Amino acid sequence: MEDLILEARGITKTFPGVKANDHIDIQLRRGEVLAVLGENGAGKTTLMNILYGLYQPDEGEIRLYGKPVRVDSPKAAIDLGIGMIHQHFMLIPNFTVLENIILGMPSPREPLLDLKYAKSKVVELSKKYGLSIDPDAMVWQISVGAQQRVEIIKALYRGAEILILDEPTAVLTPQEAQDLFAVLKTLKAQGKSVIFISHKLDEVMEVSDRVTVLRDGKVIGTVNTRETNTQELARMMVGREVLFKIGKKPACPGTVALELEDVWVLNEKKLPALKGVSLQVRSGEILGIAGVDGNGQTELAEVITGLRRAIKGNVKMFGEDVTNQTPRPLIERGLAHIPADRRRQGLVLDFSIAENMILETYYRHPFARRWILRHDVIRNNAKELIRQYDVRTPGYQVPAKNLSGGNQQKVIIAREFSRAPKILIAVQPTRGLDVGATEYVHRSLLEQRDKGVAILLISTDLEEVRNVSDRLAVIFGGQIMGIVDPATTPIEEIGMMMAGSVGKGPVFSETTAV
Amino acid sequence: MSHEASKPVVAKGKQPAEALQAFPQQMILSSLLPLAAILLALFIGAVLIYAVGINPWKAYRFLVYGAFGSPNSIAETIVKSCPLVLAGLGFAFAFRCGLFNIGAEGQLYLGALASILVGIYLKGLPAILHAPIAVIAAALAGGIWGAIPGYLKARFGISEIINTIMMNYIGIYFVSYLVHGPLREPPGYYPQTARIADTAAFPKLIEGTRLHAGVFVALLAAFLVYHILKNTTLGYQIKAVGYNREAARFGGINVSASFVVTMAISGALAGLAGANEMLGVQHRLLDGFSPGYGYDAIAVALLGRAHPAGVFLAALLFGSLRAGANMMQRSAAVPVQLIYIIQGLVVLFVIGSTFLMDRYAARAMKRRVA
Ligand SMILES: Nc1ncnc2c1ncn2[C@@H]1O[C@H](COP(=O)(O)OP(=O)(O)OP(=O)(O)O)[C@@H](O)[C@H]1O
Ligand SMILES: [Mg+2]
Repeated sequence: MEDLILEARGITKTFPGVKANDHIDIQLRRGEVLAVLGENGAGKTTLMNILYGLYQPDEGEIRLYGKPVRVDSPKAAIDLGIGMIHQHFMLIPNFTVLENIILGMPSPREPLLDLKYAKSKVVELSKKYGLSIDPDAMVWQISVGAQQRVEIIKALYRGAEILILDEPTAVLTPQEAQDLFAVLKTLKAQGKSVIFISHKLDEVMEVSDRVTVLRDGKVIGTVNTRETNTQELARMMVGREVLFKIGKKPACPGTVALELEDVWVLNEKKLPALKGVSLQVRSGEILGIAGVDGNGQTELAEVITGLRRAIKGNVKMFGEDVTNQTPRPLIERGLAHIPADRRRQGLVLDFSIAENMILETYYRHPFARRWILRHDVIRNNAKELIRQYDVRTPGYQVPAKNLSGGNQQKVIIAREFSRAPKILIAVQPTRGLDVGATEYVHRSLLEQRDKGVAILLISTDLEEVRNVSDRLAVIFGGQIMGIVDPATTPIEEIGMMMAGSVGKGPVFSETTAV
Repeated sequence: MSHEASKPVVAKGKQPAEALQAFPQQMILSSLLPLAAILLALFIGAVLIYAVGINPWKAYRFLVYGAFGSPNSIAETIVKSCPLVLAGLGFAFAFRCGLFNIGAEGQLYLGALASILVGIYLKGLPAILHAPIAVIAAALAGGIWGAIPGYLKARFGISEIINTIMMNYIGIYFVSYLVHGPLREPPGYYPQTARIADTAAFPKLIEGTRLHAGVFVALLAAFLVYHILKNTTLGYQIKAVGYNREAARFGGINVSASFVVTMAISGALAGLAGANEMLGVQHRLLDGFSPGYGYDAIAVALLGRAHPAGVFLAALLFGSLRAGANMMQRSAAVPVQLIYIIQGLVVLFVIGSTFLMDRYAARAMKRRVA
């Protein structure tokens, strides 16, 4: 095929104990968006890192325009016209957008910088592809979506013909994701080729032309997006039918487990992030918090878990005032927390899986006798949890940093659930998880609920909170706009509330059992 | 809570033994590379020695002889290594918690002062009690000196790097003031204190050498640090904070308290280095008695990759260089500056080689990006 631009043949990559890529063949054509789908740990990131020169394959070759090429470093990849936008951006916060873009590039007036020339080129690129950015803004000031656009321009500025985006939407709000898709379409129209990784099948259906599905490091198949549907893709990925809508029994709420009364909290900039939030979560129910990212969700989770001080108001657990206690006593009372950022907040990446499994309980029976760790108990605990929660790994001694993103999340979930918590704060619990694992987490949340755990589910994924929650509170500007029944309230109304209008639907009074 | 059985079983069945395959290769590499680095540094040193008109072969024979040539020189090497082991452990311990304790020198002076005070003024104790009490006093003094910057870091977020350096000045000049003034020995000619009581001195291990029982203090400390880091809840907590402060905090660990405790232990170890010099070698406190043990400790700890066994080996390397260099200076007239340059080269090359090794390991197993 003459419009074939990039081809990988027989790529194989083995890590100790894992065959991450097993004779993978993929093809990328000029002017298309190729989606790469696969379960957590299927080998997507590994394959992309190989294409971008970060890893060397054990076997296999990469061909560009039909000719075999050596991609032995990211620099080589860039010279060949391959650019990669990592999930974790590599920008320097104290530099301007423009400085970040030209970083490391030769200037036409060496050794002096030619900022004027660079700026005009950047502005031109930004216009051409609809990537709106402000070249003079400092990177730390701009939103995550804007940082991503900077990364894309950075790659284009280096002459990328092929763009690799590894889970670009995992960090974006739905609106930002839509903007990104528009950009991808423009890029495509201009003849650029894109490899796009996502766990959200709707996105794949919307933006891609073809889909290559990986499972266990092998290619399962490649299909034209037009000729497939989400059900089929899910089946290819997971190897079984996936339930997108989980059936759930009605909740049987018990006594009030967690209560917030007129809670005020400041953010980093010392501005109020929560302005008088009051809510109650009962044992055996899931209260969802819907809202656009940055409306106080982080602060809400942190004030409950003792990580941030309330300047006014009370937090109560089972009727006892626990306002501004430190995290440990709260954890000992039965509070569990699945934090939003698993790599920074949820895991010690350099610790082994076994060590991560005891992050909150290492000092207690059965993991310690007085001050001595009991390595055998710790090991067995990890083995058991790895088995129960199906963490894909060669062993408990593997450092958490070597797990795929989804399996890292499973480690956190296993740890938190295994403590038999009474109250659970789950923030974006399925971010970066594949459809199977997402379904699994949702089912687990419901299982915990049915065991009588009080759950606060904070998520920017509206589908998720609507599906899983028993009651749904909408947060906007640090205030609760109203609490509605997720099953009966029209999505438009929730959307309006998320944008700041006060709810008028069937608002639950705090005493109503659902 | 397990998944549906229909989920394909993959990685689970694979052998963990595969994970070990890369091992022997890396083990050999990790011991050969630093050795090669030392040889390379010595080679460059030889060129320099030649350049100043001295026969490098002869100079190096004295170096080796001075470090290992006789029972006495071996004893000297060990004696010089001991304070480096202790202070190096101190730096390494803080390092594992993500802290840079640049203050070993000051902590060492404070430890020395405490052990001397106990050694001189606490009279009438049997030796079996006197020396241990002096050692404990040194650990306490060094520990407090370390805990202060630890507390300032925990409470106000002030960099421990700056504060430990400042505390060095305070500690060193405070001791200097004391030996010039209130603590000066009775006749009052030299800036030094009186001798400690014999009961406080570490017993000699081999007559005719300076080898003393402080070796056991160093060995015990290395073992304890290893044990704490590997097997105790405190060690777990310290490493968690060191690797990822935020996750530790989210997990309920008191990060501030960890800083204070870690710096106290780190300082205590450096304090022990001071006591070791006082009770084992010098027996009295002199102005400026330390030839920079507290600073060499940083290189020792980094060279030893902040692992107790590594620190021990690195300290022995430094100790032998020091002991051998003395001989090289005396007998081959190699200028002392050149000796320091050679020492610097060794550190540079060995650290460089560990860096190379990391690169090699990273290539084999590149850090995951997403
Ligand atoms: N540096 C590494 N060392 C050891 N094993 C690794 C390393 N990087 C990846 N792996 C393993 O290789 C497999 C594939 O990982 P990869 O990150 O490519 O998965 P992925 O498809 O991107 O998953 P996710 O959707 O969760 O991001 C996993 O089993 C992972 O544990
Ligand atoms: Mg990945």
